[in-house]
Amino acid sequence: MIEKFLSLNTVGVPLDRGNVDTDAIIPARYLKTLKRTGLGVGLFLAWRYDAKGVELPDFPLNRPAYRGGAVLVAGENFGCGSSREHAVWALMDFGFRAVIAPSFSDIFQNNCLKNGMLPVTLPAAEVRSLIDALLAAPGGKVEVDLPAQTVRGPNGDVHRFAIDPFAKKCLLEGLDEIAMTLTSAAEIDRYERERRKTTPWLFLDLAG
Amino acid sequence: MPTLFEKIRDRHVVTRRGDDVLLYIDRQLIHEVTSPQAFEGLRLAGRSVRRPGAMLAVPDHNVPTTPERAERIDDRESREQIEELRKNALGAGVALFDITDPRQGIVHIIGPEAGLVLPGITIVCGDSHTGTLGAFGTIAFGVGTSEVEHVLATQTLWQRTPRHMRVTVSGALRSLVTPKDVILAVIAKIGASGGTGYAIEFAGETIRKMSMEGRMTVCNMTIEAGARFGLIAPDETTFSYLKGRPLAPPPSLWDAAVADWKTLPSDPDAAWDREVEIDASNLEPHVTWGTSPQDALPVGGVVPDPEAQPDPPERARMRRALEYMALVPGTRMTAIPVDKVFIGSCTNARIEDLRAAAAVAKGRKVHANVTALVVPGSGLVKKQAEEEGLDRVFVEAGFQWRLPGCSMCLGMNPDKLKPGERCASTSNRNFEGRQGPGGRTHLMSPAMAAAAAVSGRIADVREVAR
Repeated sequence: MIEKFLSLNTVGVPLDRGNVDTDAIIPARYLKTLKRTGLGVGLFLAWRYDAKGVELPDFPLNRPAYRGGAVLVAGENFGCGSSREHAVWALMDFGFRAVIAPSFSDIFQNNCLKNGMLPVTLPAAEVRSLIDALLAAPGGKVEVDLPAQTVRGPNGDVHRFAIDPFAKKCLLEGLDEIAMTLTSAAEIDRYERERRKTTPWLFLDLAG
Repeated sequence: MPTLFEKIRDRHVVTRRGDDVLLYIDRQLIHEVTSPQAFEGLRLAGRSVRRPGAMLAVPDHNVPTTPERAERIDDRESREQIEELRKNALGAGVALFDITDPRQGIVHIIGPEAGLVLPGITIVCGDSHTGTLGAFGTIAFGVGTSEVEHVLATQTLWQRTPRHMRVTVSGALRSLVTPKDVILAVIAKIGASGGTGYAIEFAGETIRKMSMEGRMTVCNMTIEAGARFGLIAPDETTFSYLKGRPLAPPPSLWDAAVADWKTLPSDPDAAWDREVEIDASNLEPHVTWGTSPQDALPVGGVVPDPEAQPDPPERARMRRALEYMALVPGTRMTAIPVDKVFIGSCTNARIEDLRAAAAVAKGRKVHANVTALVVPGSGLVKKQAEEEGLDRVFVEAGFQWRLPGCSMCLGMNPDKLKPGERCASTSNRNFEGRQGPGGRTHLMSPAMAAAAAVSGRIADVREVAR
């Protein structure tokens, strides 16, 4: 089920790194859970804590000025690597509702949209200016307006972003995608009947 | 003029919504890590699995690779996740290759062995390395747990058509240069996000001459270049691999199936959004130095200098990678000592990989400073290797011969690196902490990993095996 997303006006948290992979977002040992909740404790674990479990004070998520921020601003190819949806669950459990980056991995971006998390793609230079502003004046606010498709930076700078209209609708309304697809059940039935005739070898029962 | 991808997509369209198509998914593979929440979601919504007979489940990520696993698994969470998979599969009537089943193994390896990955199909799994299966001429891709649930409930997924890239590899590979070296070179060339938004079709004589095992290695790492899909057109190599496998078309349907499969390859005049050409005739064995799979270079090279990198973000990334890897620019790659060697994973744990590693290990000894693991990708690979005597070659050389699973690829089971340990690994990701917190990974081929094991350092297999 998708959580509804409308708009945010919150502290922006700069993560000035590219190619942030999903192993860094949430290490594999946290993937042993049977639940979607509670993963925030493992978010960016190796970057938030030293080997003894002591917080690293310089990491942005640990700096008092950035605490409670719900918008993460990061470098290119954010969320690359594994398909683990746990990466999105961990970010959301920690309190993030949007990530702004020059680019996202395909699977991560998809996983965001399935959970009501907004991935905002902006040109690299605009992301750079947001990160620089947030680093220069920690605690600055970032406003994300999904209906208007705009991001307002801490210096009042406004950035327009593109989003697929259907993804936008799903986020705004919090739609249940499976329920929506099941309205096409008759078409799925018809497709299966047809394929059973044309490619019968695909309908051997694997559990047979 | 459609591409292979477009031909497969077109025959799977159930309905359309704007630019998106509702794609019928022929088969889904399921493992214990990314499926519990999907089954829970179904239960909470009062839904059931639409076509249990189109699914196959297997535990692989969490399983220990030592013999006592049949009796007990000490890690409570791992045990519970494996039990949950068992409960969900049995409850839904989904086939399960359980931990003691002789066919159990890494999810991307067992599907082809069972013959359930056939040209022209769509197949998904909650795992980014599902692209491996594109080697059969399929649309195969990794999905998140929400989409696992969507496929369980509807046997479909909404998809936007990706852009199309063709990577043409030409030239005969030199001795001891392998498909792993080809794909590492491709990723180094196009970058870790160069394939984002694309389906990549691999073509050219080098690919055509590869076995199915080699083709799977290539497609497996397509995701490390950012592309969800890697595809190779089916041909006689594909057909002869499949013939006679348990779920391949039976004799009565075989000829019809092959005739259908022969229509799949991209048309000669297909349009590509991007084309990349690689001359593999002078390709050298590759290794990675950093924390992204794009950080690959020929084994004869040296650790690169970030200060020579003009792009500031990339320079910062390289500096950080070298700090994490504890490497100094200018160091010869072959001067880097290793503590562990891991031969396994969905990238390189098929029979051909084990043969290549065994050929290097034979008559040599694992270096005194090195612990080396060989983890076959499945029970069937293990059995075949043992029939060929490869297990004895490895054990006599001082390698540990393990039971099938994901093992040291990802730090979810007892096989992992300790902080600061350095590993020569045949897996697919050298991310920070991937093989265990603080672990350092150098990706390479099975032959190169075996050469590192006997040398105690990264080594050029062509010199070791001389």
